[in-house]
Amino acid sequence: MAKAKARVKVPKKVKKGEVFEVKTLISHKMESGQRKDKKTGKKIPRLIINKFACSYNGKDVFTSDWYPAISANPYTAFYVKADASGSLDMTWTDDSGAVFKKSAKIKVS
Amino acid sequence: MVRKIEMQPVNRRDMMKIVGAGAITGVIAGLLPNLAQADAASAEAAVKKAAGGKTLADGKITLDLPQIAENGNTVPIGFEVESPMSDSDYVKTVHIFADKNPEPDVAVFHFTPSSGRAKASTRMRMAKTQNVIAVAEMSNGTVYMAKSEVKVTIGGCGG
Repeated sequence: MAKAKARVKVPKKVKKGEVFEVKTLISHKMESGQRKDKKTGKKIPRLIINKFACSYNGKDVFTSDWYPAISANPYTAFYVKADASGSLDMTWTDDSGAVFKKSAKIKVS
Repeated sequence: MVRKIEMQPVNRRDMMKIVGAGAITGVIAGLLPNLAQADAASAEAAVKKAAGGKTLADGKITLDLPQIAENGNTVPIGFEVESPMSDSDYVKTVHIFADKNPEPDVAVFHFTPSSGRAKASTRMRMAKTQNVIAVAEMSNGTVYMAKSEVKVTIGGCGG
C-alpha cells in the first residue's frame, strides 16, 4: 500500500472567520482483521488506517481515530474555521506505520 | 459495490477443507451461544467508558443516518453537535459506536475551537441491523448521547 491515492477538496476562496467544509478521500483497503482467506481459512491480519489528522498552518484542528468499522477507501468530511491563508495538511497513518499525506492551499480574503 | 462470487470447480481435497472449516466454525459457534449479547454488552461498556462515569444527557446531537442500508460495507454516517465552538465552549470529542458489530468502536473524532462546527461524516461497515450510538463530550465535561437504528440488508464484515 505504498501508493495510496488521496484527494482533498476545499473551497477556492474563503472569507476570514468563515466555516468551510473539507472533504477527504484516500484509497486504502482497510483490512478489518475479521475476514478469512477463503483458501486457507486463516484470518487476514488487520491493516487499517487508524489515525487521521488535519493541521491548519501547523496547528491540529481536527483529528480522528479509526477502527475496523470504517469502510474501505475511507471518506471523511469535516469543518474548519478560516483564519489566515496557508495550507491544510492531512495525514493518514496505518497499522503498518505507513504515513500518507496530502495538502490543500487555503486562500483567505 | 457488489461482491463477485467466483465459481470455481472444487476438488475433493478442497471440499474436505471447506467442510472441516465449517465444522470447526459450528463448534465455536456452539461454544459461544451468547455472542450477539456479548457484543451488545461490550458496546454498553464502551459507551460507559467513553462517558467516563458521567451521566449521559439526551439532545444536542443530530445523527444523519439512513433508515435502511442496502450495503453494510459502506453506510454513510454523519453527525452534528450543537455548540458555539468558541474557545471556552466547544465539543471536544465524539465517539461513534455500533452495538452489534464484532467490535463496537467505529471512530473517535477530536474537535477544536478552530473546527468551527462539530460536524463530520464518514462511511462505516455494519455487520447487521443495529443501533449507531454517538457520545459527545463537551469542553465543560458534560456528555451527551444519541442513538439511531439502521436496518442492514446485506452485512458488511466479509466472510
